[in-house]
Amino acid sequence: MFTSLTDLWAHMAENYIVVVSIILFGVGFTTLLFSRNLLKKVVGLNIMDTGVYLLLVSMGFIDGRHAPIIADGITDAANYINPIPSGLVLTGIVVSVSVTAIMLSLVVRLYEKYHSLNLDVIYELRNKEDHT
Amino acid sequence: MRRSFQQKLSAWYRGKYDFTLKTADPLQARWKHEYTGKEHKIREMERRELAFSGVLYNILCVLFCLIFIGVLLIAVAFLPAHGSPDNPAVNEVMERYVEEGMDETGAVNTVAGMILDYRAFDTLGESFVLFTAVCAVTILMKNTKKRAPDGTPVPMAVKPGIVEYSKDNIVKTVSRFLIPFIFVFGVYVLLNGHLSPGGGFSGGAILGGALILYAMVYGEDRAAAVFSERLIKTVVLSSLSFYALAKSYSFFTGANHLPSIISTGTPGRILSAGLILPLNVAVGFVVCCTMYSFYMYFRRGRIQ
Amino acid sequence: MLRDLFASGFIHNFPLFAIILCLLCAVVSFVLQARGARRITYMLLSACMALNGSVLLHNLITGASFTYSMGHFPAPWGNEIAAGLLEPFFALLFGVVMLCSITAGKNRIATDVRLDKQHFYYILVDLAQVAMFALCYTNDIFTGYVFIEICTLASCGLLMIRDAGKPLVAATRYMIFNLIGSGMFLMGITMLYGVTGHLLFPQLQQAVAASWSSGAYHGVMIVSIGLTVSGLAIKSGLFPFHFWMPDTYGTATPASSGILSGVISKGYIFLLIKIIYRVYGHSVFMETGMQNILFLFGIAGMIVGSISAIRAGTITKMTAFSSAAQIGYIFMGIGMGTKEAMVAVFFHICAHAITKPVLFLSGGALIDASGGGRDFTSLRGAAHRNPAAGLAFLCGSLSMIGFPIFTGFISKLYFALSAFAFPHKSMVVLLTLAVSTILNVIYFMYVSVILYTGRPDPERRIGIGRQKAFFAAVFLLILVNVAIGLHSQPLTFLFESGLQLFLQS
Repeated sequence: MFTSLTDLWAHMAENYIVVVSIILFGVGFTTLLFSRNLLKKVVGLNIMDTGVYLLLVSMGFIDGRHAPIIADGITDAANYINPIPSGLVLTGIVVSVSVTAIMLSLVVRLYEKYHSLNLDVIYELRNKEDHT
Repeated sequence: MRRSFQQKLSAWYRGKYDFTLKTADPLQARWKHEYTGKEHKIREMERRELAFSGVLYNILCVLFCLIFIGVLLIAVAFLPAHGSPDNPAVNEVMERYVEEGMDETGAVNTVAGMILDYRAFDTLGESFVLFTAVCAVTILMKNTKKRAPDGTPVPMAVKPGIVEYSKDNIVKTVSRFLIPFIFVFGVYVLLNGHLSPGGGFSGGAILGGALILYAMVYGEDRAAAVFSERLIKTVVLSSLSFYALAKSYSFFTGANHLPSIISTGTPGRILSAGLILPLNVAVGFVVCCTMYSFYMYFRRGRIQ
Repeated sequence: MLRDLFASGFIHNFPLFAIILCLLCAVVSFVLQARGARRITYMLLSACMALNGSVLLHNLITGASFTYSMGHFPAPWGNEIAAGLLEPFFALLFGVVMLCSITAGKNRIATDVRLDKQHFYYILVDLAQVAMFALCYTNDIFTGYVFIEICTLASCGLLMIRDAGKPLVAATRYMIFNLIGSGMFLMGITMLYGVTGHLLFPQLQQAVAASWSSGAYHGVMIVSIGLTVSGLAIKSGLFPFHFWMPDTYGTATPASSGILSGVISKGYIFLLIKIIYRVYGHSVFMETGMQNILFLFGIAGMIVGSISAIRAGTITKMTAFSSAAQIGYIFMGIGMGTKEAMVAVFFHICAHAITKPVLFLSGGALIDASGGGRDFTSLRGAAHRNPAAGLAFLCGSLSMIGFPIFTGFISKLYFALSAFAFPHKSMVVLLTLAVSTILNVIYFMYVSVILYTGRPDPERRIGIGRQKAFFAAVFLLILVNVAIGLHSQPLTFLFESGLQLFLQS
């Protein structure tokens, strides 16, 4: 598809929103997976979700067209952007709000019990609990 | 404890210093007072863990992150160009939503027509995701232990570090004027979901925000007197069952090719678009109650 | 009259009825007390069994699948659900397993969960149930995502509802891995949407086939398949992402462990199989080479899971690690990818779904009979104290090992038979099966010997009379297990024709 590396760079520069969203996704993913701090994990989760939503919503965008709200009786599809990704992102955001609420309440409860946000420390304390 | 400007700056950067507050570290002062021994031990453990996982772990994480991003970037470099009208996603599905959506659903806002009529099953699932979250948060955060022997709830002590806005004159005065406007705006967004940007989810979130502000400024007890647990349960029950029943009616009639009694009305009017307006209202109520109960459970462990 | 009902196609509405019924019951239980919520859940699960059973019967008689549009708009525009033979079968199976799990674990639920939160347990069961039905029946990939999330949240709730510190840590771990899985799945379907512009399975499959043969988006497609498959594999607990399993299944109340290991993880796997066959298409999936990766991880999971199970110190942890090994079998079969292997996979899903809850529930009962000790020293002679639970555990272990007359034997037999189709893989498969079976024998027989040795203690003996519900539910599952083990032919036919319907559509 691309004849040279310059071509690839040019395409990526044109698709910069996609590149940014992938970087956000990767950063969020790594934070969620590897950070030892529970709050940072929640932050990472939200960054990851934001990356996906940015990618999704950018797929619906079409240069020079309007938001998909029928105005002035013009119903020609060539006048509006694609409404589907917007709807899907709406669904996704609600899911991510719910998940964040649950994760945060888990973090609050864990902090109340173990007085720490570090996952390793929490494991250690819990294992000590097991032995006593 | 006096600190130099630089120390304060670095403390602020690490999130341990809030220069808007008078006392330097209200959080830390309280903690030290409450769990001196235990807290100290746990901080010691945390430091040890950090030292152990330190540099090598971080380098490996960054490497993983870079490789992961690199692989994905190579893939998405082949994605269709951004903003081009020839993308595969611009197809007959999108055309019908835009061109015939107004006639078929009665909604001027195509996105509302899509999520509440064409692809309503997804949205039905979505509102039940919220419901599941309310259940899970209630399980975790509902404070049932702090009751007196006769069963009356004991007022909880304010948790350390939480600022009481009800004592602040500026916040109180501004909110008195602001809250009605937020409410009206929320209701507007809620009711105009089929005509303009907005709808149940955004309108409900705005209404929930207004309720949370009310509870913050006028005290949770006053808010709890108005929005009791019973009221919230009733609203959630009636909205969600209305949603499920109304949508199953339209699924049933649609799949069996039966005539539906719901008319789309004149597009552009406030009372149009068939089920979309009532569904938006139902979703808005659910979202509003969800946001408010999240706040109340996090803040004091119960709604009442 | 029955004939009219079948001919009129009214039965096509039944999946919708089952889904809406679950949603309504969940909402109504929100304002009820524990008792009312429990009764509603029992009635709901029985009603759904009838509904799914009718759909299965209907499709068996007509021999065809049907699609049902959710609303007034046809396929590429509106949501749809589809039912062939496998969808109602697995919906029925999951319903039965859930009903048996909560019936048998009733007493433990009552002691493990605070009384004022018990009705939430049944709400979450209803919600997990609806998510399972939707995952089975869905014909739309985004609906799949939404219900995956409901499933994740509901199962996390079922796990952490036990009022103690340990389930909280386990639930946090479980949530983190599940969220990673959901994120990857969503990214995968986002990329897929970007290059196809469709969300419904039949249209997606056409678009994927067209774009694959044109060669325009190979890289995106491969990464999208990789993300979707690995997202679902992480969620179902494939090696090397099985580390959350012992924590999760070991600390939850036994009914939750049964539901989570027997039903929820199988729901994700069934969705994965559906996506492989009905979205990407089997041939495209095979050309990407993804099946070899799944095969390798499956093989590794079988061995590592079993070794971890041998080294586990408690009965619940051991059963949980054995789950990881069984998931490995399933993914090995998906990785082999032939029709025979897929039949074996379906048998194994079936066997694991009806066996694992028995092991968790009877394990929980044995722990209770030993005064709450989970380690093997305190469990010595537990089968004398609670003979019913001991027998159930023995039957479950035999099925897991693959002893003839149990379903586990059938699935292993089919795995071994399907291995001969591959000249270069057959030795690996046979060898791994043999090694894994030997390891299974070691740990399950070790536990069974421990359970039956030791002095009988008539004073602490718990008779059947005190645990009628447990006895009935667990032995119903064992009966089903033996019935399938003795007469596997009808199910083989069902799986083969169901797979044929997948390939046709």
